[in-house]
Amino acid sequence: MYNFEFEKPGSVADAVAALGAEDAQALGGGQTLIPTLKQRLNQPSKLVSLSGIADMKGVSASGGMITIGGATTHATVAAEASAYPALAATAAHIGDPAVRNRGTIGGSLANNDPAACYPAALLGSGGSVKTDNRDIDADEYFQGMFSTALEEGEIITGVTFNIPEKANYQKFVQPASRFALVGVFVAKHADGVRVAITGASEDGVFRWSEAETALSSNFSAAALDGISVSADGMITDLHGTGAYRAHLLGILTKRAVAAAA
Amino acid sequence: MPKDNGIGASSKRREDVRFLTGAGRYTDDINIHGQAYAHFVRSDVAHGTINGIDASAAEAMPGVLKVFTATDFEGVGGIPCGWQVTDRHGEPMQEPKHPVLAEGKVRHVGDPIAVVVAESLGQARDAAEALEIDISELPAVMDMKDALTEGAAKVHDDLTSNLCYDWGFVEENREAVDDAINGAHHVTTLELRNNRLVANPMEPRVAVGDYSAADDEHTLYTTSQNPHVIRLLMGAFVLGIPEHKLRVVAPDVGGGFGAKIYHYAEEAFCTFAAKALRRPVKWTSSRSEAFMSDAHGRDHVTKIELAMDEQGKFLAIRTDTHANMGAYLSTFAPSIPTWLHGTLMAGNYTTPLIYVNVKAVFTNTVPVDAYRGAGRPEATFQLERVVDKAAREMGIDPIELRRRNFITEFPYATPVAVEYDTGDYNATMDKLLEISDHSGFEVRAAESKANGKLRGFGIAHYIEACGIAPSNLVGQLGARAGLYESATVRVNATGSISVFTGSHSHGQGHETTFAQVVAEMIGIDEGQVDIVHGDTSKTPMGMGTYGSRSLAVGGSAMVRATEKIINKARKIAAHLMEAAEADIELKDGQFTVAGTDKSVAWGDVTLAAYVPHNYPLEDIEPGLEETAFYDPANFTYPSGAYGCEVEVDPETGKVKVLGFAAADDFGNVVNPMIVEGQVQGGLAQGIGQALLENCAYDQDGQLISASYMDYAMPRADDLPMFTVDHSCVTPCTHNPLGVKGCGEAGAIGSPPALVNAVIDALQRGGHDVKHIDMPLSPDRVWTAMNG
Repeated sequence: MYNFEFEKPGSVADAVAALGAEDAQALGGGQTLIPTLKQRLNQPSKLVSLSGIADMKGVSASGGMITIGGATTHATVAAEASAYPALAATAAHIGDPAVRNRGTIGGSLANNDPAACYPAALLGSGGSVKTDNRDIDADEYFQGMFSTALEEGEIITGVTFNIPEKANYQKFVQPASRFALVGVFVAKHADGVRVAITGASEDGVFRWSEAETALSSNFSAAALDGISVSADGMITDLHGTGAYRAHLLGILTKRAVAAAA
Repeated sequence: MPKDNGIGASSKRREDVRFLTGAGRYTDDINIHGQAYAHFVRSDVAHGTINGIDASAAEAMPGVLKVFTATDFEGVGGIPCGWQVTDRHGEPMQEPKHPVLAEGKVRHVGDPIAVVVAESLGQARDAAEALEIDISELPAVMDMKDALTEGAAKVHDDLTSNLCYDWGFVEENREAVDDAINGAHHVTTLELRNNRLVANPMEPRVAVGDYSAADDEHTLYTTSQNPHVIRLLMGAFVLGIPEHKLRVVAPDVGGGFGAKIYHYAEEAFCTFAAKALRRPVKWTSSRSEAFMSDAHGRDHVTKIELAMDEQGKFLAIRTDTHANMGAYLSTFAPSIPTWLHGTLMAGNYTTPLIYVNVKAVFTNTVPVDAYRGAGRPEATFQLERVVDKAAREMGIDPIELRRRNFITEFPYATPVAVEYDTGDYNATMDKLLEISDHSGFEVRAAESKANGKLRGFGIAHYIEACGIAPSNLVGQLGARAGLYESATVRVNATGSISVFTGSHSHGQGHETTFAQVVAEMIGIDEGQVDIVHGDTSKTPMGMGTYGSRSLAVGGSAMVRATEKIINKARKIAAHLMEAAEADIELKDGQFTVAGTDKSVAWGDVTLAAYVPHNYPLEDIEPGLEETAFYDPANFTYPSGAYGCEVEVDPETGKVKVLGFAAADDFGNVVNPMIVEGQVQGGLAQGIGQALLENCAYDQDGQLISASYMDYAMPRADDLPMFTVDHSCVTPCTHNPLGVKGCGEAGAIGSPPALVNAVIDALQRGGHDVKHIDMPLSPDRVWTAMNG
């Protein structure tokens, strides 16, 4: 780890100001950033912790939507997002207890790891990312592996999910990291079904539109028979080939449909 | 009623009080006034020529004391190898120099090139980034078979090839084995890889070197399983420091599993640098460094053939193995695929003819050496897999096929040069079938099928050789060390006892079990006995702990020393009671005169030894302290039957281990609870190898599984509840305790049981899958099922 300045502002405005310094970086729960600092793979001039901003914490639901503060930990979402049980269940299976007690939803979405769970939940649910200066629609937010619509220094202050009629997240874990080898989030809304896949594609989280179409007309696992995703563009690594991931996402989508509640 | 003291009692591990309360004293807890910090700069390429190193900018950085490179080590030796294997043609193996810091070339990712020593670790790391190292990358030698082809790039330019040795065993049987295989009714052939593993002890390696100029004395604190071995290897072969000027201390050590047996460059460096700089020098491995500098395990590629007659009687076994040595020869590396592997190829069976060929190969990877089981898991895996495949091909139940070929008469001399003293393999097989509820399997399999899952049951029956080892024998086989063990029993004036053992405990619970043995022999409370280990200035020269040898060899030395103590104490007691020595009996800490009511307590006798007012000074010396060195007459041969029950999800290929039962014969057991813990830990590591762990390199020699993000260690929820039994007892016939050793069995017997279970599940599900290489990850199982 290299030396850096540290600030822990109490308001979003102060955080934005602090992040104006050259090479300053926001620190959420630090579950990705701190290990990269320890390996000297990152050299910020200043870390701006977002964990002291009360306005960025907490869970609230109204009008068919649930809003989570950007600095809310996974453990808090798991415990308090009862208005959206599938989201609470997703949060409850991220990492391990230590990760869930430190890691935040804003940090996860800002990082957009291609095998993370929250990107699938947000893209699958539909909703928006609220930042210090705008709202970004979920469908516009994810722009490929580790890439998002966020500008330099922009802070995720909150995340809003549309609460569907039914939803379920199926996570097939990579045995070492226990990130998703493939994860599938299926949400049945009044106006149609959304299916978001994480862990599989070289382009990061994506919506499986063919499955969405089939499920929107018939929300049953059988509706997916004969539908598959090409292995092209799927991740091949130590833990699974692209062909395996393409197969797995089909199986997991069926299971998510069957389990959706 | 179970005992609560002495041999046979499940005494609670006394060392756990400090381990579980954070009061352990590990090497990293040792900080010496004025100590400096070493940071190793390691190669990030697998193979390359070092054109030059410019340290001038780094040495000018704040806090830097010195940057060391190979030129600083011109006057010292290389890291020695402790075992010389002789090849099929009677020639010694090729043995390249293993420099402390890379000389001219780097040979694996992680190979140390330079070391920055600075006032703080941060300063050392900062300066390391200012080092200018010019390396021209060379083609990486990765695949073992490619490495042996004509014109392949060479890991060591001064060797004739990448072949370390081509070993044949038993060479005289080669043609007879070929003939038997050619003429057999049926031959089952299996090709497989025993996957490379990283040991991953919880505590990474640490070394602290200290030097006292006033008396020219060196001290090395290190995370070692055998401090005396390190003192001998490093003192005599690397740095030229005589034993009386070199103290090696291995305090509490947080797991070893083999990886902390070897003498490592970092130990020699810290010892050397402490004198060069006149400052204590400390190095603590990061977990990332551990992945690329701790010796790896396994990594064999094998073809095995098993020849049978019409009834399934085994006629001959022929194996052809390529064993990866990595870039340099680690301390015991050459012995693992040979004497710890080929000699076990008979397994539990009466196969009359066996020929084992092993080609040891240098590659641009981390050196490979013993890892829990060391050679014996590789032997057991291929044998128990090929037996299972043979059963399927012959249409004989795999349990029945094993029974038809079990050795049933002991002692039994195998065709691979070892003699099993005792065992009862049908008994352990029977016990396994009982404790695993084997008779209920079909009902459970039907339930799984109804749920869309495939259930399978797999068996492995293992033999291993522990209690390493008879020194004269291993000397003939190429060991450059004796493999006896030592103990000094010091009885204090009031009767309490300190035992100084050459064994080393790094999780095994010696402080508890060893005390149980001595307390039992004298008949006193265990709390009266303390065990001291891990410091060459305190303990007699001993060879340390590995190969499940500590109780069988170290415990036997302790028994011999305690017997000497008791003999002397009897003389003292006879004097005190004015009786004949032959009439003195010792029971429950009391000396009595047979046939009388005369008695004298243990403490009175020990006090007399140190306050010899009324004492037979004309016959014996005062004091009560004895040392014994024990050299075993043979290896010990634990054996057992392991059963694994799995369920495979045919949609995803995911394997769930539902049950695992182990019926072991460890001979006599001192502490059943500790034995069960050892077996459970071994099972976890064996299941880890079979299901999860995979040390993988890419073709350029980059370590892909270089962190826990990609190297999957077994976690509690990957494992079932274990059913462990060690009630089948055939005591070892040649050591005083009748013990065999239990530390490695779990890791040896479990991988083939698990793989056999998965193949059974797939076959039952109608998938004609004959083999899957470990680890049986979901994608591999699914791919095998789907062609």
